[in-house]
Amino acid sequence: MIEIKDLHKSYKMGSNSLHVLKGINFSVEEGELVAIMGSSGSGKSTLLNILGMLDEADEGEYVLDGIPIKNLNETKAANYRNKFLGFIFQSFNLINYKTALENVALPLYYQKLPRKQRQEKALQYLEQVGLKEWSHHLPSELSGGQKQRVAIARAMVAEPKVLLADELTGALDSTTSYEVMELIQKINDQGNTILVVTHEPDIAQMCKRIVHLKDGVIVKDEKVKQVRAKAHV
Amino acid sequence: MFNRDRWKEILEVLTTNWFRTVLTAFGVFWGILILIILLSAGKGLENGIRADFGDIATNTMFMWTRSTTKAHMGMPIGRNFRFKTEDVKTLREKFPQLRFISPRNQLGGFRGNNNVVRGIKTGAYNVYGDYPEIIQQEPMAITTGRFINQNDIDNKRKVAVIGLGVRNELYETGEDVLGSYIKIQGVNFMVVGTYKKRSGNGDGEEGQKEIYVPFTAFSQAFNQGNNVGWMAITAKDGFPITDLKTGIVNEMKRVHKVHPEDSRAVGFFDLYEEFNRVESLFGAMSFIGYFVGILVLLSGIIGVSNIMLIVVKERTKEIGIRRALGEDPWSIRKQILLESIFLTIISGMAGIVIGALFIYGVNALLEANGPVDMFMNPSVNLGVVSAALFILIISGLLAGFIPAQSAIKIRPIDALRTE
Repeated sequence: MIEIKDLHKSYKMGSNSLHVLKGINFSVEEGELVAIMGSSGSGKSTLLNILGMLDEADEGEYVLDGIPIKNLNETKAANYRNKFLGFIFQSFNLINYKTALENVALPLYYQKLPRKQRQEKALQYLEQVGLKEWSHHLPSELSGGQKQRVAIARAMVAEPKVLLADELTGALDSTTSYEVMELIQKINDQGNTILVVTHEPDIAQMCKRIVHLKDGVIVKDEKVKQVRAKAHV
Repeated sequence: MFNRDRWKEILEVLTTNWFRTVLTAFGVFWGILILIILLSAGKGLENGIRADFGDIATNTMFMWTRSTTKAHMGMPIGRNFRFKTEDVKTLREKFPQLRFISPRNQLGGFRGNNNVVRGIKTGAYNVYGDYPEIIQQEPMAITTGRFINQNDIDNKRKVAVIGLGVRNELYETGEDVLGSYIKIQGVNFMVVGTYKKRSGNGDGEEGQKEIYVPFTAFSQAFNQGNNVGWMAITAKDGFPITDLKTGIVNEMKRVHKVHPEDSRAVGFFDLYEEFNRVESLFGAMSFIGYFVGILVLLSGIIGVSNIMLIVVKERTKEIGIRRALGEDPWSIRKQILLESIFLTIISGMAGIVIGALFIYGVNALLEANGPVDMFMNPSVNLGVVSAALFILIISGLLAGFIPAQSAIKIRPIDALRTE
């Protein structure tokens, strides 16, 4: 599904340049649930941004489901993001003056789907994350866990090839974190490919594979025995 | 563009901060209100002055004779001469661009002696010997009977058309005027019509106290021979009399053996030039109206642009999220532009409506208190309103352009980083 070869990325900080990614090679198969771990500054967020086409690599190859991602203009990148990728952020990033339903329907709006279809589909995904009754509430009326579940529904609604989650439990307490992870596992069980960036070992253990990043290189890439989140709830 | 969700969003964004939106809108509202008021005030002045001109044919000059100041062709200095009826024919042949050439003679004048008698009533009036065309150069409304016609001229009929002022002084109320006789300097004329002149300025009273008789009858009755007192000359549309007058005056000088450089011998007054001077004043006024109005509007628009920049700044993160979710830059730009245009147009419309109400109020006030000198019916026409709307749309676009540009310059990754 994801194919990365010799990826380099450096940031310019004034006169110095900071080499963040120093040749990353890895690939993700369809249906995998991968945790990317590392301490802060290890380059894991940068990697995720590049995977999410929010940032561009300086060097290297990135192929997503057979499509080379290279030299995209903004319009095309937006189009690819919309069709291929779903984002889940640490701070949820819901639009605060839109209801849960409208938030979930947003990616479909950018696909220019008719209004009625958008709402139907969004409601269906909200139901999947267990928030059907909350569809007309504003994000400010939802708890952290509920917000993150709305965000997951929003990431899922366009039926992307890959879900990218950046510290998705970072702002949640552990019980809520496990609930959200349970949802992630459920989605993964349905065959969706998910990449999770985290620095919490217990969250990483709930994935099927852990990639350890340190100082811009992959130091360890291991398959693990998945811990089901359900056991902790 | 006519997309329910997009409009919903525009309203949501603009109503999140009501106070700010209203303050911003006020700038544009105020600008367009000033523009409308200035233009309508200019129009009011123009209407007032135009009403003073009345429907007088403005492409007109008047020409009369004075004594010569140069000796020429054996003629002495200080010679008096008169225009003759033949001069009219000469001018008509030489200047086909002229529409009317009315030779005129006059009895009486300002503070003249009593010259008209009817029974035991007398009065002092201006009596003009005229051709029928004069009614087109100096319009008057015929209230009863008729005006002088060509048959009167041909047959030298002693008929007269009197003003309402004359009628009121010489006749009792309800008395039959048509067919009655008045004695002008001892000669009886039959009254065939009455007129009323429409006039805005002070000579309204004087204008109603005139008597018009056929030119030919006048000449015969008052021993004028073929003398012509003065001429009222109107050129055809498209031939400004100002361009023709030198030729006409020179021709008259040639015919009457006046030295070509004698600038006093033939006097004239160019109504068209006067009128044009006023016309150019109107032009200047509307220019000032537009200039000041648009400048005020501009400051309002800068306000809108400023607020839109702040809105974009505030929504940086939101824009980042949208970009991450796959909204393309064009859609974001369109959103910002539409918000800006919407805000400008709504506030501009409010300005136009309030401006219209203001004009309506002023008109009602003018109507209630009677006419005011040099000011009448202030108004703006549909053209001005649509021009204002056009200016609004353009300015909304301009106001939104810089903010929209800065909105799409935000990279989603940077936008998401701002907390």
